[in-house]
Amino acid sequence: MSRKQKKMLWRILAAGALFLLLGVTPLGEGAWWPLYLIPYGLVGWDVLLRAGKNMGHGQLFDEHFLMSVATIGAFACGQAPEAVAVMLFYQVGELFQSVAVGRSRRSIAGLMELRPDWAYVERAEGLCQVDPEEVAVGEVIQVRPGERIPLDGEVVEGSSSLDTAALTGESVPRAVGPGEQAASGCVNLTGLLRLRVSRPYADSTVAKILDLVENAGEKKARAEQFITRFARYYTPVVVWAAVALAVLPPLLGMGPWMMWVQRALNFLVVSCPCALVISIPLTFFGGIGGASRRGILVKGGNYLEGLAKPSVVAFDKTGTLTRGVFSVTQVCPAGVTEEELLLWAAAAEQSSNHPVARCVMQACPQRPLPQLEWAEELAGRGVRSGAEGHILLAGSRRLLEEAGIPCPEGDAPGTVVYVARDGQYLGRLTVADQPKEGAAQALKDLKAAGVSATVLLTGDNQAAGLAVGQALGIDRVYAQLLPGDKVAQVERLLQEKAPGTNLVYVGDGINDAPVLTRADIGVAMGAMGSDAAIEAADVVLMDDDLSKLAEAIRIARRTVTIARENLVLALGIKGLVLALSAVGYANLWMAVFADVGVTVLAILNAARMLYTPKS
Amino acid sequence: MKKSFVLMDLECAHCAAKMEQAIARLEGVNQVSVNFLAQRLTLDAQDDKFAALVEEAGKICKKIEPDCRLVVK
Repeated sequence: MSRKQKKMLWRILAAGALFLLLGVTPLGEGAWWPLYLIPYGLVGWDVLLRAGKNMGHGQLFDEHFLMSVATIGAFACGQAPEAVAVMLFYQVGELFQSVAVGRSRRSIAGLMELRPDWAYVERAEGLCQVDPEEVAVGEVIQVRPGERIPLDGEVVEGSSSLDTAALTGESVPRAVGPGEQAASGCVNLTGLLRLRVSRPYADSTVAKILDLVENAGEKKARAEQFITRFARYYTPVVVWAAVALAVLPPLLGMGPWMMWVQRALNFLVVSCPCALVISIPLTFFGGIGGASRRGILVKGGNYLEGLAKPSVVAFDKTGTLTRGVFSVTQVCPAGVTEEELLLWAAAAEQSSNHPVARCVMQACPQRPLPQLEWAEELAGRGVRSGAEGHILLAGSRRLLEEAGIPCPEGDAPGTVVYVARDGQYLGRLTVADQPKEGAAQALKDLKAAGVSATVLLTGDNQAAGLAVGQALGIDRVYAQLLPGDKVAQVERLLQEKAPGTNLVYVGDGINDAPVLTRADIGVAMGAMGSDAAIEAADVVLMDDDLSKLAEAIRIARRTVTIARENLVLALGIKGLVLALSAVGYANLWMAVFADVGVTVLAILNAARMLYTPKS
Repeated sequence: MKKSFVLMDLECAHCAAKMEQAIARLEGVNQVSVNFLAQRLTLDAQDDKFAALVEEAGKICKKIEPDCRLVVK
């Protein structure tokens, strides 16, 4: 609690004690009622003061004004104890609200601890402690064990393991060594690292994330906008209803003035909009905060709301569902052993820098390779080379057929490399991308979370697309799409989806920016270090883990449910108490509950979002 | 120009909404958003009037919530 809050607590306790004293002794009875003004003034003087000030500013209908009128009215009606109680509980509620909001703010601010204070940079005059913003690209910084990496950079020297939990929610440390990238915001756990800074602070991973989280509140969810608009009309309407209730029925001869004025006072107490106005944004704030602690960055309440109702989820293939790393997936020798086939294929390809050739080289465990004598690259077809007196061919089927070597066609998805030695067919290798571990499970989780269709959009060929689609259980596959085709396909999917639901597109964010923007919700994967992803996407999964998507949907659903509960709770109880007050069944105590009590309940309910349990 | 400011001691959610409305009505403001939970005011306004508008926004905040201070970073 802050000092201000502690002071308030003492005022409440003192006033409460006095109030009880007056209640149990005869001092509070009959003509002694003005004694109640002492606890009233003690606990409520600032409310009265602010009501007066705000009236001067033309701010009628503000909660201080309403509370002042309601309590002064209660005194006037001879309900001195109630008047004090209303003020007392109002202040208790305010204090509680202030403490709860402070806590929520702090729990989000925990994220802000990512902000590095210093960077230790190596300069001519030695190791200098400077503001990270003052470090230039290309300078070398030192990060000692236990420190947070202040800037993105490449490891020049040293190896260590990094705690990336603050960025990714992932608890397993990641090992880094020379030549590898280290993202700012990670904590260096074991060894001294020297990093060559690759980006200025303003463009660093940490700065981007902080900016994103801080601005998340600006894009408001529909529920939030509704409640703000609603509150704008709610208070004046209820206040005018109170005036009408106090004046009209007695004029029409329906009872004594005192009775109707008392009922109208209830209205004034219930008319405070704070429970409404705070509960919904607090829920979304908590949802966004809870998600970001799990490595899921959501750029605004509206996206969280949208994520709660997904119907179609479309995926990019390479880098999203697959690792984006090619490897040899199939070896089909013809008349030789697998090792021999791999050996001669590698021998043929050893001078080539083509990605497929690199994969073949990696797949061959034998070293040394047969001595290469000469090699020629045939664009789009493969290589022809000589090694240890043999003439080798490795490449497409066309390459071998041109040389007059018959070979059977491979049907496996991926790129097929045909190999021949001295005019004899040795067999073929298939090089393909591999689905990510856990991708199949992640897609199952999505279906379980109520996603009606999963779609794969890929620029790759039909066979490769279908293979991944089948392996992972994807409903529909659209292959051989150029970036422009992907947008067109997403447009078609947008028209097909059920109204009120959303199309989610998941991409790796590097070449998918137009599609990410076009989809209802664009989700970028593995954004650690990728600027394009953070810019274009609405939701960013910080590590490459696809299972986070189902989790994001779960968090979104919980948020929306809690927001709805709060809305129904606040509107329901307020409406009920208003109705009961109008017909004379509710007293000031109930009105206080409908105001302060509901606020407290809504805040507690919203706070559940801050503590998202692990599934 | 677009800039963010901290609103110290912003305690009342309804007031935040009122501040947003009042500041949005000022001439020269393109867009304004008051985030109650992050205690931030983001102002997007015409460059030549920016300084004057920030001052005006600060006054509005103080008027609506007397304890609240707009901190210019």
